[in-house]
Amino acid sequence: MFSLSRKDLTSLVVLAAIVLTMPIWLAPFGAAYPGLMQKFAIYAIFAVGFNILFGLTGYLSFGHAAFVGIGSYTAVWSFKLLTMDILPAMIFAVIISGLFALVIGYFCLRRTGIYFSILTLAFAQMCYSLAYSVLTPLTNGETGLLLAGNDPRYIDKMFGVTYGSGLPTPTFLGTTLGGYGGFYLTAIVLIVIFFISQKIFASPFGMALRGIKSNQTRMMYTGFNTKPYTLAAFVVSGMIAGLAGALLSVTDPLAGTERMRWTESGNVVLMTILGGVGTLFGPIVGAWLIKYFENIFSAINSNMLNNFFSFLPDGIQSLMVTVTSKFVGEGWHLTLGLMFVLIVVFLPGGLVEGAKRVAARFDRKKPRTGPAPAPQPAE
Amino acid sequence: MAQSEPNIILHAADVQKQFGGLRALSDVDLQVEEGKTHAIIGPNGAGKSTLLNVIIGRLPPTSGAVIFDGTVLTGKQPHEINQLGISRVFQTPEIFPDLTVLQNVMAPAFARRDGAFKINMLRSVDSETEIRDEALSLLEDIGMTGRLEDNAASLSRGDKRRLELAMCLIQRPRLLLLDEPTAGMSRHDTNTTIDLLKKIKSRGMTKVIIEHDMHVVFSLADKISVLAQGRIIASGLPQEIKEDPRVQEAYLGGSVE
Repeated sequence: MFSLSRKDLTSLVVLAAIVLTMPIWLAPFGAAYPGLMQKFAIYAIFAVGFNILFGLTGYLSFGHAAFVGIGSYTAVWSFKLLTMDILPAMIFAVIISGLFALVIGYFCLRRTGIYFSILTLAFAQMCYSLAYSVLTPLTNGETGLLLAGNDPRYIDKMFGVTYGSGLPTPTFLGTTLGGYGGFYLTAIVLIVIFFISQKIFASPFGMALRGIKSNQTRMMYTGFNTKPYTLAAFVVSGMIAGLAGALLSVTDPLAGTERMRWTESGNVVLMTILGGVGTLFGPIVGAWLIKYFENIFSAINSNMLNNFFSFLPDGIQSLMVTVTSKFVGEGWHLTLGLMFVLIVVFLPGGLVEGAKRVAARFDRKKPRTGPAPAPQPAE
Repeated sequence: MAQSEPNIILHAADVQKQFGGLRALSDVDLQVEEGKTHAIIGPNGAGKSTLLNVIIGRLPPTSGAVIFDGTVLTGKQPHEINQLGISRVFQTPEIFPDLTVLQNVMAPAFARRDGAFKINMLRSVDSETEIRDEALSLLEDIGMTGRLEDNAASLSRGDKRRLELAMCLIQRPRLLLLDEPTAGMSRHDTNTTIDLLKKIKSRGMTKVIIEHDMHVVFSLADKISVLAQGRIIASGLPQEIKEDPRVQEAYLGGSVE
């Protein structure tokens, strides 16, 4: 049941090592603080889940941020109503986002290709607008859903758990989660989700999902009922997105509508394509890269650039600073966009495909594999 | 042993198919005996592919019905028809181009074993040794053991057709529908395919085959129906068909071979 092939086991160990040693190897990049590393892990979880739908079945959802939002709100409500313990929060978030995914997926999967994408986008925008307007009692609208000292917390009350004055912080089986505690929690969840994704990739279920991406006609005439397969993939990826949302609330107990915005849905698509659609590591690499750009690259200012180019003569220094400053700081989107274009054009299989090509060049004994086909929505 | 009544496994009863003003099939009544190879021949545009599409549920008939072993196929989904035991080889090979050759053959075996939908996540494809061995032996039969790990997209057209045939055979269907299974193959590959189809004849599988190549038809068919302008103009043993003047006029152009 928990068995993995030798290759997959190696990948899992490698991933676990990379994730758990983040505080060490991210230090030279200036990103080794818990708040950011948590985001790295959480968005990697989101992307790995998204890849189960997009990477395996080819159905491109443009509305997965809705499930992140739903997971976030559910987790905060669990903190408010039940207990500050994170386990119920995570479990409820997965269940509720799974239910939403079931309903939304049922309708969206009646269409394929661009129509499917548009439908998911429409549903996500509906969730976003509802959270802003009609559902304000549940979501607290623009302000966002916050914890309050006088929340009922029925389960905590039953067991006589109190949090003293001030706002309570989430706990895990009684222990408060500090900065690094929060990071290691998200890291372990990421490793577990990666394991689940490996199991799906290697299973007959995963092969059926790939078959749907490859040739849906053949799947049907081979006796597979493709609808429940795609729905199952949609629900699984929606549940994982909900879990990522819950983790966002666990590490920072509030939930706002901005997590459901369409740009967030677009981001996870970018992450997956940038890293490599349909590969195990790709979505993680893509998620880290985008989050790194968003948080570190965007913080570079002209002072730092002046220091960096200080070894150059004055005229050239100011020229270099003027040119490069367009690509960092506020301009990080430009860099990211250029990178995205270059990768989609020259490396359709994403960065993982690029790494494979480099590895193949060094290891000439292995037969060269052809380039991966460009990511395409299902027919 | 007394000759028992032949068991009709597939019956297309009074099938009509109208495309707008065009009548593609009119009053087609086709009976296929269990365990036999039934060939449908006819000139281009005679309605052969339309008939096959009606049988497989790809096109609904305008009127009439298709009955497979007591079950009416009309209105059923493609996967339901397959689960009843009908597999189809297409005129343009329908394979999984992004999967490896071995996976292409293994996937249909899972549909046969696990039904139309099952979330089996706990075991890996590689640990399914029984299905793997079965796929390997079939791939040996079609002479493709050298390309197991290649993407199916990289195969030649002839290899794709043979791969698709293996994908159907691993399902051990009760009825196999073949739409020009040797089109685009070299003479050598054609003969290999004929041998393979003869071999599976002994397994008691019923086959309906649409074919242009008379060499293929007369080496495989137990019974032949001739379709012309949407009607079955003759049906009988290969020898009878060869000698039927109407058939010679409509299709064979006056002489055979």
